[in-house]
Amino acid sequence: MQVPANFEYEKATTVEETLALLARHGDEARVVAGGHSLLPMMKLRLAQPEALIDINDVAELARIRIEGGMLCVGALVRHAELLDSPVAGEHFPILHDAERVIADPVVRNRGTVGGSLCQADPSEDLSAAFGALKASAVIRGPDGERTVSLREFHTGPYETVVEPGELLIELRIPIRPGVGGGGPPSGGRYQHGSAYEKVERRVGDWPLAAAGAALWLEGGRIADAGIGLTAVRAEHFVAPEAEEVLRGAVPSEEVFAEAGRVAAEHCDPGSDQRGPADYKRHLAGELTTRALRRAYGRSQA
Amino acid sequence: MNITVTVNGQPCTRDVEPRLLLVHFLRDELDLTGTHWGCDTSNCGACVVWLDDVPVKSCTVLAVMASGREVRTVEGLERDGELDPVQKGFSECHGLQCGFCTPGMMMTSRWLLDRSPDPTEAEIREALSGQICRCTGYENIVRSVRWAAEHPAEKPEEVTP
Repeated sequence: MQVPANFEYEKATTVEETLALLARHGDEARVVAGGHSLLPMMKLRLAQPEALIDINDVAELARIRIEGGMLCVGALVRHAELLDSPVAGEHFPILHDAERVIADPVVRNRGTVGGSLCQADPSEDLSAAFGALKASAVIRGPDGERTVSLREFHTGPYETVVEPGELLIELRIPIRPGVGGGGPPSGGRYQHGSAYEKVERRVGDWPLAAAGAALWLEGGRIADAGIGLTAVRAEHFVAPEAEEVLRGAVPSEEVFAEAGRVAAEHCDPGSDQRGPADYKRHLAGELTTRALRRAYGRSQA
Repeated sequence: MNITVTVNGQPCTRDVEPRLLLVHFLRDELDLTGTHWGCDTSNCGACVVWLDDVPVKSCTVLAVMASGREVRTVEGLERDGELDPVQKGFSECHGLQCGFCTPGMMMTSRWLLDRSPDPTEAEIREALSGQICRCTGYENIVRSVRWAAEHPAEKPEEVTP
């Protein structure tokens, strides 16, 4: 029987209360929500926090909303809720693509968006999806709130910029053609599409490799592009070199294939029980190309 | 720590350690052994129960997290002595062999049918994709859920107060 070691348990109902509890318990406290990463680690003594602060009742973190021209996804939003959210799917179908292949439906009922990002597993899917969308993370601590680009959020495997005493509040993705500016300089509207492609050995498993793509088009050209990669040791889960291939180009099969080739070249997959490095590198390229093709198709729909 | 969890409609108060997992709370504290304890890693789904109307893997939920909330287990599937259509379906279609995965399979199936009363085979397989039957009896499990969809419980007549 696997049982976690003893810990002190606290329940918070607001962000303020969570931060106060984090301050009181110090570095050995951990926040828990879905617990589907942390509790298994505690059973194996890979994690042994002295205090757990349960944020499942912090309702202000559980919302998906549009505000200031951005889609805001609260840290406590369950995977199933993001998958079921029409507003998220309408603006960023990549989020539904990714959620559909994260774990299984019952785990998705419990696991949270913020928990997955803060766990920062190097094979995590949403890191690549939010990375492709150029999202930012809002983090609150005793000294106030700060916003960090998701491309600076991860500092290594299982490590993020969220410091002890701080709490991830939400993810924000700019809806660029919408309210709040950020549209093309011409004053028109971007055509936008996004998609996520993953290869897993069995349903609900971590990916061998996965790629997310986001395209913003104007006047028949790619004004901006985002490529996210996971499980292939791409720095910060993104492929900026491949994005550079796309920026300013006229979308075509050749351009998408070239972006895939460059994405594959710049990642650094390792061989493990899920597959050999060369196969993962092949997947990184092929899945990037497929995600771009589907994202482009959606932008024209 | 003193907690009160409403299990199958009954408030249950116990003094527990915060590290006690919900599956063990149900089995060892409340003697509700219908919920099975399987892989301990949230992979197999034998321990699925409803927490506030949503199926979760109870080996990966702390009992203290369920305090003040509603839990429904396989023991709470029947209504007034009448088996749930899902239970009848598993019986009719030989949906179990050893029976270890069955309680979890049935809890998720009930949830699926509440959301989607006439699911396709693909929808059933997707809904149950986080649950493992080591007898590999999946064909009959899918048939059992379809049977339940085709034989819904008669709704009690609405009584106007």
